[in-house]
Amino acid sequence: MNKPRLVVIGNGMAGIRTIEELLALAPDQYEITVFGAEPHPNYNRILLSPVLAGEQSFDDIVLNPLDWYAKNDIQLHLGKAISRIDRKRRLVVAEDGTEAPYDRLLIATGSQPFILPVPGANLKGVITYRDIQDTQAMIDAANVKRHAVVIGGGLLGLEAANGLKLRGMEVTVVHLASTLLERQLDTQAGKLLQRSLEARGLTFLLEKSTSEIVGNEAGEVAAVRFKDGEEIPADLVVMAAGIRPNTTLAEQAGLYCNRGVVVNDTLQTYDPRIYAVGECVSHRGIAYGLVAPLFEQAKVCANHLALMGIGTYKGSVLSTKLKVTGIDLFSAGDFIGGEDTEQIVLSDPSSGVYKKLVIQDDRLVGACLYGDTADGAWYFKLLREGRKLGELRDRLMFGESSIGDGGVQGHNRAAAMADSDEVCGCNGVCKGTIVKAITEKGLFTLDDVKKHTKAASSCGSCSGLVEQILMSTVGTSFQETPKTKAMCGCTERTHDEVRKAIRENKLLTHQNVYDFLEWRTPNGCSSCRPAINYYLISTWPHEAVDDPQSRFINERAHGNIQKDNTFSVVPQMKGGVTTPDELRRIADVADKYQIPMVKVTGGQRIDLLGVKKEDLVDVWRDLGMQSGHAYGKSIRTVKTCVGSEFCRFGTQNSTQMGIDLETMLANMWSPHKVKLAVSGCPRNCAEAGIKDVGVIAVDSGWELYVGGNGGIKTEVAQFLVKVKTPDEVKEYTGAFLQLYREEAHYLDRTVHYLDRVGLDYVKRKIVDDAANRKALYERLLYSLEGLPDPWKARIEGAQEREYIPLTVVN
Amino acid sequence: MDRLSLPNWTHVCQVSDIPRLGSRVLKRADGDIAIFRTADDEVFALLDHCPHKGGALSQGIVHGKAVTCPLHSWNIELATGEARAPDEGCARRFPVKVDGEAVYVSIA
Repeated sequence: MNKPRLVVIGNGMAGIRTIEELLALAPDQYEITVFGAEPHPNYNRILLSPVLAGEQSFDDIVLNPLDWYAKNDIQLHLGKAISRIDRKRRLVVAEDGTEAPYDRLLIATGSQPFILPVPGANLKGVITYRDIQDTQAMIDAANVKRHAVVIGGGLLGLEAANGLKLRGMEVTVVHLASTLLERQLDTQAGKLLQRSLEARGLTFLLEKSTSEIVGNEAGEVAAVRFKDGEEIPADLVVMAAGIRPNTTLAEQAGLYCNRGVVVNDTLQTYDPRIYAVGECVSHRGIAYGLVAPLFEQAKVCANHLALMGIGTYKGSVLSTKLKVTGIDLFSAGDFIGGEDTEQIVLSDPSSGVYKKLVIQDDRLVGACLYGDTADGAWYFKLLREGRKLGELRDRLMFGESSIGDGGVQGHNRAAAMADSDEVCGCNGVCKGTIVKAITEKGLFTLDDVKKHTKAASSCGSCSGLVEQILMSTVGTSFQETPKTKAMCGCTERTHDEVRKAIRENKLLTHQNVYDFLEWRTPNGCSSCRPAINYYLISTWPHEAVDDPQSRFINERAHGNIQKDNTFSVVPQMKGGVTTPDELRRIADVADKYQIPMVKVTGGQRIDLLGVKKEDLVDVWRDLGMQSGHAYGKSIRTVKTCVGSEFCRFGTQNSTQMGIDLETMLANMWSPHKVKLAVSGCPRNCAEAGIKDVGVIAVDSGWELYVGGNGGIKTEVAQFLVKVKTPDEVKEYTGAFLQLYREEAHYLDRTVHYLDRVGLDYVKRKIVDDAANRKALYERLLYSLEGLPDPWKARIEGAQEREYIPLTVVN
Repeated sequence: MDRLSLPNWTHVCQVSDIPRLGSRVLKRADGDIAIFRTADDEVFALLDHCPHKGGALSQGIVHGKAVTCPLHSWNIELATGEARAPDEGCARRFPVKVDGEAVYVSIA
């Protein structure tokens, strides 16, 4: 009843996206009223081109059907344009006299097409290309008319021209500049584009300035005349010479406008009660005409409307894609380049491929791709991150597949895949299912796709591929998964921000974190709680409270949950070395508890599978062995070969080295699992090349490799340093793992951490800086000091009730 | 008393027997029951069987008034047993009564 009233002017993508974001944050905050000038619910304006081309229907592109508004208690006024904002009385007035008072107002009036101020611009048959009505007018005209002239060789103009051609018209595109898409492509790519569009039957008149649209007696368009006197026949003229932010209402209301409604970084206009988002807005002097920035704005605006007040919008880096089927082009950033930039160019005109990368100060600042855009998403990511290229530069042009990656970056094959090809091997999701979900449900982000299709929601190795499918399906509206991503839906904070706050403000409990960082949920979720728990105990060892309820069941019960809800038990076997006595006890336990499977693991240990939870403590007691931590984001195992003790090739005692490392790292929690291996000679039987830390003995000492991974995507460890003594092996290994423990995001393996910070950084911290290495090593030893073996602690009674089921008392 | 129309209240434990943001399992021949306790001491009971693939909900992380299944991370509302969108499914719910410290569950 007494809820504040939020009125939205504009029922388009920016306005409704803001409402969706707001409803997700604060569903009951406002009484919401939406005014739309068009008689339709919110639809996906960027998909008008496929509608025009006959590839989709209007129903396909509706984003929010009418029952969505009803379900969310939104009062919707369709077909009512607002004629006036009364800021004094705080209400808006529609053309039909409808009034709606507001406490907060959101202006999302979008943009208007620019009409060339030439004689004849108001003739019948001269239209713009902005909404579904224009699209329908073009479809109707194509049925009965012959000559179409599109004025403007930009994205919109070319998409219109292509659509009209597909519908059977003879189409001429008139463009003022000397090449097409001159704001999105450089000259060479523009020429290639022109050639392939000409091959499809389009005609181009470049460097032509329209002087008049000539009509017939009936007031219908008949021809277009140019400044040079030339005249061509025309039955339909489409004006696609640009857009102008629609600021009429805002200006009349006295809001400051300058090529758009001027807003600050929180999307507020000069009247703080009035927000504005979308194409009508001018932010830091830029009015955006693509959809990705609008969504970023919507997020920030919703955050403020929900009274969270922590997001800010700092502008967007744009990328472009043309939605003309069969034509692949992509550009982003400063793709023209200048005096202080360098360019890498690959040009193969006969096969229609052209790629240009612009580099400044060892960073990618622009990319322009034509013909082969598979790496567009990857270049865009590099560009937005502004990461130093370093060694990457040599292989940059050959794409992401030419370099090693951390397994979550994608493989550039989205476009070549058939709908029936499997994308997500964990959940059995095919490309077609993903594309269908994206188009039918209006998904724009990787997270949306994960939620709806389950693709990339398990191991995540296909997330790069899913992102590419998103990009090729939705084109410019694709929202890059932000690099600095919020931890989860409970907060806007990133992993780094949370970690910093815990460190700098000495936060010691979960509640401290939720209060201090203003968590949206009372006690987090299953995604952020384990992360925070790790950050707390790794930042403040021996001080922070380790909360068992914030640990995944495996780490709470100290066993690995299986599909039938039983657990697996893997006792510690340092370096893979065991004794007849231990083996006898394992055999006895397996008999006594009727353990259905006993299996040797890949980490040189023995796994007892199918143990009932209530038997766990008894099994551990009878085994009389320590926890192997085969269930945790923790040290797992140190795999070894037999080494110099027995092997005729062994150069060092690798087995003992492995045992020493495993002893040192016992009970260590980490951002993700940590696996080590020690080989006694370069034959490397312990497979040290695919471990988080791999040690390979050579005659003169030990070589250390880091960041290897044998899992989701096989990744070869990189050489870190060569040392002489076993003590040095321990110190360097310990220091590297402590750096990883202190800086990696929760659930990043060492390979992902290295991907992010670079091996050079790690070398500087560990190899070059002896004092820092020693300090890291000391911190590791301090945090491991006195940690109990969890199985022993539970045999002695810790967390007892976790393992004991209830029985009915009376 | 008409036993059909009344809940069959069974005393199962004390509130303090269940960890906050945690659960206990009540063994039962017709399927175990998971009994949850939220941060503000509300108690809920669901069949310990995720509608997705039968994961033991009692082993999940409890947050707000929901639990995340340990097998494939479905989120189940404690009050209704319903899976959170976009997942679809429902775990059977058992009525709970808290009398002082004593927790009663209606086990049909």
